[in-house]
Amino acid sequence: MKIFSSSGNYARKLAIGLSLIGLLQGGGALAATKEISGAGATFPYPVYAKWAQAYAGHTGVKLNYQSIGSGGGIKQIEANTVDFGASDAPLKPEELKKHQLMQFPTVMGGVVPVVNVPGIKAGELKLTPELLADIYLGKITQWNDPAITALNPGITLPAKAITVVHRSDGSGTTWIYTNYLSKVSPTWRQKVGNNKSVAWPVGIGGKGNEGVASYVGRIKGAIGYVEYAYALQNKMAHAKLKNAAGEFVDPNSESFQAAAANADWAHAPGFYMVLTDQPGAKSWPITGATFILLHTKQKKPAVGKQVLAFFDWAYKNGGDMASKLDYVPMPANVVKLVEQTWHSQIKGPDGKPLSRPM
Amino acid sequence: MLISSARVDPDPSQTEGLTTTSPGKGDVVRDRLFRGATLCSSAAVFTLVLAIIVSLAVGASLALQKFGLGFVGSTQWNPVTETFGAAAPIYGTLVTALIAMLLGIPLSFGVALFITEVAPVWLKRPIGTAVELLAAVPSIIYGMWGLFVFAPWFADHLQPWMQAYLGPLPYVGALFQGPPMGIGMLSAGLILAVMVIPFITAVMRDVFATVPTELRESAYGLGATTWEVVRHVIVPYTRVGALGGIMLGLGRALGETMAVTFVIGNAQRISTSLFMPGNTISSALANEFNEAVGDTYTSSLLALGLILFTITFIVLAGARLLLGRIGGRV
Repeated sequence: MKIFSSSGNYARKLAIGLSLIGLLQGGGALAATKEISGAGATFPYPVYAKWAQAYAGHTGVKLNYQSIGSGGGIKQIEANTVDFGASDAPLKPEELKKHQLMQFPTVMGGVVPVVNVPGIKAGELKLTPELLADIYLGKITQWNDPAITALNPGITLPAKAITVVHRSDGSGTTWIYTNYLSKVSPTWRQKVGNNKSVAWPVGIGGKGNEGVASYVGRIKGAIGYVEYAYALQNKMAHAKLKNAAGEFVDPNSESFQAAAANADWAHAPGFYMVLTDQPGAKSWPITGATFILLHTKQKKPAVGKQVLAFFDWAYKNGGDMASKLDYVPMPANVVKLVEQTWHSQIKGPDGKPLSRPM
Repeated sequence: MLISSARVDPDPSQTEGLTTTSPGKGDVVRDRLFRGATLCSSAAVFTLVLAIIVSLAVGASLALQKFGLGFVGSTQWNPVTETFGAAAPIYGTLVTALIAMLLGIPLSFGVALFITEVAPVWLKRPIGTAVELLAAVPSIIYGMWGLFVFAPWFADHLQPWMQAYLGPLPYVGALFQGPPMGIGMLSAGLILAVMVIPFITAVMRDVFATVPTELRESAYGLGATTWEVVRHVIVPYTRVGALGGIMLGLGRALGETMAVTFVIGNAQRISTSLFMPGNTISSALANEFNEAVGDTYTSSLLALGLILFTITFIVLAGARLLLGRIGGRV
């Protein structure tokens, strides 16, 4: 890569020196910048922190990432106080243009409906998009509602009231979830809509994934939605969902990958791609990616190169780390597309691209 | 300070100045410096308060222009359509604080009386220390305890009982309807009560202790019972101070954020039942500020902050007025 050979001679000399004490080659001698900074979404923070730690071990370049929330991340990158911003919800192409930003996805996750119904184990309950929307709209209020029992002939559902649980804090998880409900239910779209926090027709709000999880765990007859990783680590009972192809699927990394692979990234300007309700028989319908925001005109090209080098490294080497933390890495075809876009969009003050063509 | 003023004024009369009534030149300088320093500090505090009000008002101006006075009365809180109203969080703030005070004041009064009047000497110190320790517990701990320990117990035991015995009552019964979730306005009020008790108790205990022994003993000497001493000697003597303690507690109840956020259920609506979830101003701010995008949204949240500031200000000013009146009568 061109960005790694910016000071070749110096790098070689230094590498000889460093190899004596068994340290790394080349990478340690990148540019002068030893620290890059980013701020934004809380959802990918664990994986960014893990990547940053590994990357610093390899190259000595430190990443200072503040998980202040997507809203904060967007404000910080627009104000140019950080080198990159991070957001769980993609910005629309016209907004990107207005602030001269480009965005790209880094990892994916899914949102999972979890239930606490006595006698119902993980994956036993089947729900259709319409049912899920009606429950969250407050139209279906009992677990033994004919609409639910008709769909689940094998299991007995109790005559218990449904307690709807949602996030109380503004959250990318809510954004993805309400985006899905808006796609599958016209009533939801008109009455409630899609945002990081919405005017919920019914239910109680828990703060953070852990808040929703503890409410669902506590209240018999509750239904909530949490990040996939959270549901997995806490062994919560998820519901199967009917996807756009009409199949009932379980949430797991394969079904998230399927949703991402079936998405038409090439025709999504500015990577404005929401992975909810994607086609494909195996696709989990409430999948979402988290995004990085960069200025298209980099005032400090050395820093911009560092940022791109970090994410390039993360795409190539960070997949396993992400999987271990229950995130889903981006498919190779999407990564290729992202790196091509870096080359065509991210420019230095002289108008030259910061990265090598892919 | 001492050295420099001594240099300014090597006059030997300075040492005499300390013992005689006429101050020396150095004392005057010192006095001025001291006066200047205190003036600066108080001016800084005043400016700070003013700056907070101004910046809140500036931040809130967009929302207030857009929604006008209706902002205070509307229960709409919809980030999607960007229509905001503060009625639900204002209601939640006031109701939870009211519950906390209804329970907290009598309990604190009792604990403080027990410590100062009733308890044997060997028990006073442990109870006093326990109360002070309660005050030192960070609010997030109360929130976690409330969510993981208190709410489940409350839902399984107390709420069904309340529903069975208080639910059928006319008028009051409406306050105890809905599924027993252990989460909601009542739980938040109860947690707040636990949080304000140490504050009010500590102040009350201290002011009760200021009652002169002569007064107390004379009353006992006249044959008064403990209750009569409390009712006719201690309470009249200490009501200004005790009210100050109550106001301190109320201030905490109005502004408490994390503990309330954990147990109130965070729903932007007004329900008759205290079992149902609600919201307070500070928990709405804590929940939504991070991810608030767009000028109207942010401005509406700042307007909520301004309203909380105003409520607290009114409460404090009311307390001052009340204190002034009582003070005049005593």
